Amino acid sequence: MSLTSLAAPILANADQFLVDGKHAVIAWLVHFLPVAWQDVITGGLSILLTIAPITIGFATLFALSTWLERKGLGRIQNRMGPNRVGLPFLPWKLYGLGQPMADGIKMLIKEDIVPRNADKVLHFIAPVALLVPAFLAFSVIPYGDGMVPINLDAGLLFFFAIGASTELLVFCAGWASRNKYALLGSMRAIAQMISYELPLIISTFSVIMAVGSLSLVAIVDAQAGGLAHWHVFTPWGIAGFILFFIASLAEANRSPFDIPEGESEIIAGHLIEYSGFKYALFFMAEYLGMFAMGGLAISLFLGGYHAPFAFLEGWVPGLVWFVGKLLVMIAMFIWVRGTMPRLRMDQLMNFAWKFMLPMSLLVVVAAGLWRFVGGGWVGWLICGGLIVAPYLALSRGLFKARHWAKREYRYAD
Amino acid sequence: MLGTGLIKGMGETARNFFGSYVDKDRLPTQEYPEVPAQLKENTRQFPILVFDGEDPDKGLRCVSCQICEKECPPKCIYIVKSKDKKPDFLGKPQIYPATFDIDLSVCMSCGICAEVCPFEAIFMDTEFEIATADRFGGLLANREQLAKPNSHLQKIHPTMAKEIDDRRADASVKAAAKAKADAESKAKAAAAEAAKPKSEPPPPTPASTAPVAS
Repeated sequence: MSLTSLAAPILANADQFLVDGKHAVIAWLVHFLPVAWQDVITGGLSILLTIAPITIGFATLFALSTWLERKGLGRIQNRMGPNRVGLPFLPWKLYGLGQPMADGIKMLIKEDIVPRNADKVLHFIAPVALLVPAFLAFSVIPYGDGMVPINLDAGLLFFFAIGASTELLVFCAGWASRNKYALLGSMRAIAQMISYELPLIISTFSVIMAVGSLSLVAIVDAQAGGLAHWHVFTPWGIAGFILFFIASLAEANRSPFDIPEGESEIIAGHLIEYSGFKYALFFMAEYLGMFAMGGLAISLFLGGYHAPFAFLEGWVPGLVWFVGKLLVMIAMFIWVRGTMPRLRMDQLMNFAWKFMLPMSLLVVVAAGLWRFVGGGWVGWLICGGLIVAPYLALSRGLFKARHWAKREYRYAD
Repeated sequence: MLGTGLIKGMGETARNFFGSYVDKDRLPTQEYPEVPAQLKENTRQFPILVFDGEDPDKGLRCVSCQICEKECPPKCIYIVKSKDKKPDFLGKPQIYPATFDIDLSVCMSCGICAEVCPFEAIFMDTEFEIATADRFGGLLANREQLAKPNSHLQKIHPTMAKEIDDRRADASVKAAAKAKADAESKAKAAAAEAAKPKSEPPPPTPASTAPVAS
């Protein structure tokens, strides 16, 4: 038996220690429990041991990505980014890797200001409750082989249902602050989220149609076996992925769609009356939403936890592929944020309803045709044409439709 | 076409991102406390008084003309003229500043004093680490603290210092030649005077006899 044939299965299943470890711990503990309570306690423990790695992992990723984002934006703007804070009591600076820790401590010890006229209960509940949907969204995403917290048959539907409930809490924050800018900002946030939810969901229809299931595990399994099976390498897949990516930028309130919390336009919108750790919780929810959207985009279009080439499947565990793809998605989010200026409110709405919505509907039609034609170069020609021609027409039409006129002041004269 | 501008912008930021690791122009940050600040030649912080030679008392170029004091917009310069005179680099007796104070907490680093100085005595230093615990006495620089040798100026503003040094060397060479010529002509005149036979004194000039206008 050669060394490779011994090593490969060990390497490929290295991520299974999370699953096996959980089962081992529960199996060991069962002997110490009274028989009557065994089911209740092991059930609860199983839930806790499933939640813990996700909570810890994504909270760590949040801390890391704030640092990555600041470094990346710094480099994009010809700066160094944070490079001073190292580890406490140690001489190394580690390229400023201690910055998230310092930020966390700063946020914790800052004064928590609640406006006198604010609805104090709602003002407190909004940021805390906003974390619930943010974390719940992670419960249906498959992170590796057999590593999905809940394998729901309608996982995708659950994801979007949970994602939609963040709008209520954003409005809750804006309303409870009793500040007109906060209210205005939260109204804008809701208008934006609802407008972009439509193209976001419709652009996933093509994947649902191709796989025939709403379960994310089934969708990921349909993409096993290398790049050729990934949905992104079909005409409807690439268009759907781009539309999904743009809409997820808007859903996650990321630049260039961050007008609800624009500092210069609307003095941070619904975040205006929040300080200290509540403010940090809003940011955490925002970043977690970004990770969830990235994870969903990976599961839908980029092959989930599967390797880009089939032979790598036996060498590198699925969790590593998932995290790697997620980091690439985060890098894309940072790159876009470093490039694009903020949109105006009317541009945002026009883009959602006049471009994103028709294009995502066309992608659904193209996905249906792809299945009917059966792929191949004929499919590329027909489906590609069906997407590219309206895209060109729309991009011409939207520019032409703008007509410039002199502003008339009706009351100022 | 919709999106071409976005792709161009993404390319530009990507060039900035990767370029910052290889290209010095794309990452101009100086990591200051570890790396000494690389200052430009035309940096200006606070004024100094330049002196020639080794001794600040003897070589101070300032002749206490008080132009800088009058031009200073925030009025942070305080000069007291001396009663006696000292020879300058040309050998001419000049007044010198008995007191020359600059309140650095008032100075706004405009550099007008250095611009107007006709004697090339006051210049802007590049030193910026002047923080002190005492904001009154600690930031009031007197003549001894302000006096810096010419070699310091040559170090911080080499181009300007060279031009000024050349000009001053020329002037002193010319002055020496003129003094020599003067001395020679005076000696010649004296010799001629001595050689000439005695004649009647010249008629008095009208100026000396005219009544003084009051």
